[in-house]
Amino acid sequence: MQAITIKDFEDWRAVARVLIANATRPSEVQLFEDDGQQALFAEDPTLRQAPTAQSSFGVPSRFLSLAESVGCHRAAGRWDLLFRILWRIKNEKKNLLEIETDDDVLQLTKMEKQVRRDAHKMKAFVRFRKVVQDGQEFFVAWHQPDHRIVRRVAPFFSRRFSGMNWTILTPDECVSWNQESLEYGSGVSRSQTPQSDELEELWRTYYASIFNPARVKIKMMKSEMPVRYWKNLPETDLIADLLAEAPRRVEEMIEQHEGFDKTADDFIKRFPNQLMTLSALKQMAAGCTACHLHCNATQTVFGAGPANARIVLLGEQPGDQEDLTGDPFVGPAGEVLEEAIGSAGLDRRELYVTNIVKHFKHTQISSPESSRPPRGKKRLHQKPNAREVRACRPWFDAEWSCLKEAEKLVCLGATSAKAVLGPGIKLTDQRGRVCGSDYCQQTFVTWHPSVILRASNAAARESKMRELIEDLVLAKDSV
Amino acid sequence: MASERYQSLDSKLAILADAAKYDASCASSGSKSTRKGSQIGSTEGMGICHSYTPDGRCISLLKILLTNYCIYDCQYCVNRVTSETPRARFTVDEVVDLTLDFYKRNYIEGLFLSSGIIQNSDYTMEQLTLVAKKLRKEHRFGGYIHLKTIPGAAEELMADAGRWADRLSVNIELPTELDLKQLAPEKKKPEIVEAMTGIKEKIDERKSDQKKGMKPPRFAPAGQSTQMIVGATATPDNEILKTASELYTGQSLRRVYYSAYSPIPHADSLLPGKSPPLIREHRLYQADWLLRFYGFEVNEIVVRKDLNLDLEIDPKLAWALQQRDYFPVDVNTASREQLLRVPGIGARSVKRILSIRRHKRIRTDDLKKLRVAWKRTKSFVITEDYNPALADLDRDDLQRLITPAAKQLDFFDTFDAALRGEL
Repeated sequence: MQAITIKDFEDWRAVARVLIANATRPSEVQLFEDDGQQALFAEDPTLRQAPTAQSSFGVPSRFLSLAESVGCHRAAGRWDLLFRILWRIKNEKKNLLEIETDDDVLQLTKMEKQVRRDAHKMKAFVRFRKVVQDGQEFFVAWHQPDHRIVRRVAPFFSRRFSGMNWTILTPDECVSWNQESLEYGSGVSRSQTPQSDELEELWRTYYASIFNPARVKIKMMKSEMPVRYWKNLPETDLIADLLAEAPRRVEEMIEQHEGFDKTADDFIKRFPNQLMTLSALKQMAAGCTACHLHCNATQTVFGAGPANARIVLLGEQPGDQEDLTGDPFVGPAGEVLEEAIGSAGLDRRELYVTNIVKHFKHTQISSPESSRPPRGKKRLHQKPNAREVRACRPWFDAEWSCLKEAEKLVCLGATSAKAVLGPGIKLTDQRGRVCGSDYCQQTFVTWHPSVILRASNAAARESKMRELIEDLVLAKDSV
Repeated sequence: MASERYQSLDSKLAILADAAKYDASCASSGSKSTRKGSQIGSTEGMGICHSYTPDGRCISLLKILLTNYCIYDCQYCVNRVTSETPRARFTVDEVVDLTLDFYKRNYIEGLFLSSGIIQNSDYTMEQLTLVAKKLRKEHRFGGYIHLKTIPGAAEELMADAGRWADRLSVNIELPTELDLKQLAPEKKKPEIVEAMTGIKEKIDERKSDQKKGMKPPRFAPAGQSTQMIVGATATPDNEILKTASELYTGQSLRRVYYSAYSPIPHADSLLPGKSPPLIREHRLYQADWLLRFYGFEVNEIVVRKDLNLDLEIDPKLAWALQQRDYFPVDVNTASREQLLRVPGIGARSVKRILSIRRHKRIRTDDLKKLRVAWKRTKSFVITEDYNPALADLDRDDLQRLITPAAKQLDFFDTFDAALRGEL
C-alpha cells in the first residue's frame, strides 16, 4: 500500500497521471489530505514528474470538470474516489459516468452537487459592508463556506462587481479585487470584518415588508437558506418575530373588510328580460341600501324619461332639490341643463336623464359666517367616491338594458365620464368628439351643468355653456 | 444628513415593498450575457436567490412599486383606489439609489419595478422606464431589471422599456374576461393581450434581425411573463390552464405565474376572506409543468367532472389512475414520451434512464437510486427484476394504497419539493 499526500487538484492530477502510467491499482494506493504537516512516509519523487507523451492520455471532459469541482470538497476520501473512478474509466468502461446508478458515480455526482450548491450559496449569501477609507469605498464581507470554493467563486464576483473594490474574508482563504485583478491571501477570523453597515436597517425593513404572513412555509425557507448560514445574514434575526406575529396578522386581514358587503346588484330582482321595466327597477331602487349614502338621504333619485329614449344623459348624483323631490335635474343645475337642451334643439321630454349615483351625498355645515344671523344647517354637495360609484353602478347598467332604443350616451361631468370610459380619462381631452364605450359607440362627454353655475366669472360661464350646447348638438347630429 | 434620508426612505420602502409582495414572480434568470460596459452588475443566465422569507419565497430582486397610488379599482388588489391602505411614492432617483445600494452589498440580483397607475398608462410607463434607463446609462448597471408594463401604454414606450429591461411582463390578472369584468372593471382583456402581442412581436423581430446578421439593440432578452390570480373567482382550473396554454403557444411567454388569492389588508368585502388556496396553486404549477415539459394537453390534465385539479394527488398520478390501460410501462424499452407519463418520474430522471439504458438493464434498485418517487412509480412500471407492486395496477383502491389517508394531510412535503427554485 502506497500512501501519498495530495495538496490540491493540480497535484492530484499530476500524481494520478503517473499512477495510471505505472498501472497502479486503486487498492494499492491511499491518497491523503495535505494537512500542512510533514508527510509520514517518504514519497517517491518520480510521482510528480512532468507528463511525457507516453504518460498523457485522454479522459472524458465531463470527468475533468466533475473532478475539479469535487477537488474542492472537504471530505477526506475525495482523492481516493477520484482516482478510483479515473482508473475504472481507463480500465473498465470509458462511459462509466453515464451509468449514474453506479455507486462510485452516484457518490461523485452527489459530492459535485454539494460543491456546486455551496458555490451557489456563496454567490447568494455573501453580504458586503461598506467601509470608507481616505475617501475611497471598499466593500468587505465575511463568509463561511462548507467547502474550499473561494477560488471557484471569486471570478464570478470580479465580473459582477468589476467597478468596486471588494474583499471576501473566509476562514480558509481571503480574496480581494482592486478593479483589475484578484488577489488571494490566507484565512482570517471573523473579528477582522466590519461590524455594521448603515444600509442594513433598510434591508431588514425590506425583508420584513416583502414577507406575506398568509403563506408561512418554514421548511421551504430552511431548506433553501439553511440555518447554519443565518449567523452571517443581517436579516435572519427578524424571522422569529415575523413568524410569531403572522397568525394574528392573517386573522386581522381575514376579519377586517373595507367597503360594502353589497352592491346594487343585490337589490335587483332578476326578472325575465321582457318583464324588466324602468318602473319596476325604480321600485327596487327605492329600497336600495347597498352603500351607506341612503342613511342621510331623503330618497333614491332614479332616472326619468321615456323608455324609448334614444339619447341618455348621465350625471353624477342628485343634489339638494332632487333629493327632496325625488326627480333628477330639477334644481339649479337642472335649470341650466334644461336651457342647454333647448338651445341645442333637443326636447327634454324625449331624453332619459339619470345619475351614476342615486343618493344625495352631502355634509351639513352651518351657513357661512356673515353679518346675517345663522339660518341653521345647509346641505353641501360632496363628490361620491369610487367605492360608492361602484356600489351604485348596477342601477345604471340595468336602466341602460331597459332602454332598448338608446343609441347615444352623454356623460355630464368627470364622475360619470370616468365611470363609463375609465379612470384615466380627462374631460378636456375627450369632450367634443365621439368616444366609444362598453355601452355604445356613440358616447360623449361634456361639462356637468353645475360647473357653469360655479364658474367664477361671466366669460367662463358663457364659454362653458357654449361648449355644453355644442356637445349636445354633436350628440344630437352625429350618426 | 444621510441618516434622515434613510429614515424617510425606510417608511416609503415599508409601504411600497408591502404593496408589491402579492406579485409572485421573482425570477432573475434568462439573460444569458451581461450588458457590455457594465460597471456594477451581471446576468449570466442563472438566477440567484439572495434570501428567503418565512413564506418560503425567495428574495432575488428588489420588488417594489414606484407608487401605490392608483386610479384603478381592481377588487383583489390592496392598492385599488378605494382601499384605505397608506400611500407613498418613490422618486425615480430614490429607486435608482436603493437598487444600487442594495446591489453593491450583494443583497439582490436586480430590480423588479411595478407601479400603481398614476395619471394614465403612458405617464406611469414613462416613469418606470426612466428608472431602468438611468440605471443602465448613468450608472452602467448590468444587473437584472424586470419591468411590469402597463397595458394601454404607447408602443414607443414599450419599445423603450424593452431596450433597458431584461424581462417585461403584463399581468393577465384573472383567467377569463368575465372575471376581469367582475373584479377589475377598468382592465380589458383585449388591451392586455395587445400589450403582450406587442412585446412578442418586438422580441421576434429582434431575433429575425439577428439571424440576418444585423446587430439590433437588446429587447427584453429574458422574455416576458405574466401572473394569474387563482381563487378570487369561481373559475375552475381547466379554464385557468386553457388560458395559460394559449399564452404559452400564442404569446411565447416564458412563465405564467399562478398566485393563490391571498387575503390582503384593507380587503374589499366582496372578496373571499380566507387563507390562500396554496395547494391548488401548487397543483396548477404541477399541471403547468406537465403542459410545458411532459407533452400533456390541457384536456388530459383535468380529469375531474368539476373541471378542477385533484387537490389530494398530483395531476400526473390523477391522469395515470384514470388511464390504467396505458400501463405498465417497461422502463427498459419504453420511449421518452411514455416514460414522461409515469407518475413519480421527473424529466431529469427520464433523461438518466435513457442514458443508463444504453449500458445496462434497469432494475428497481436503479430507479430508487435515481430517487424517483418510488411509492408513486412502483405500480406502473416493469423493471428487469421482479416488481411485486405491479400486481396492484388494476386494483380499485390503488389511490389509497399510494396515498394513505394520514399522508394526504401532509401536502406540504411535495409542495416544497416541487416549488424549490421555481418561484
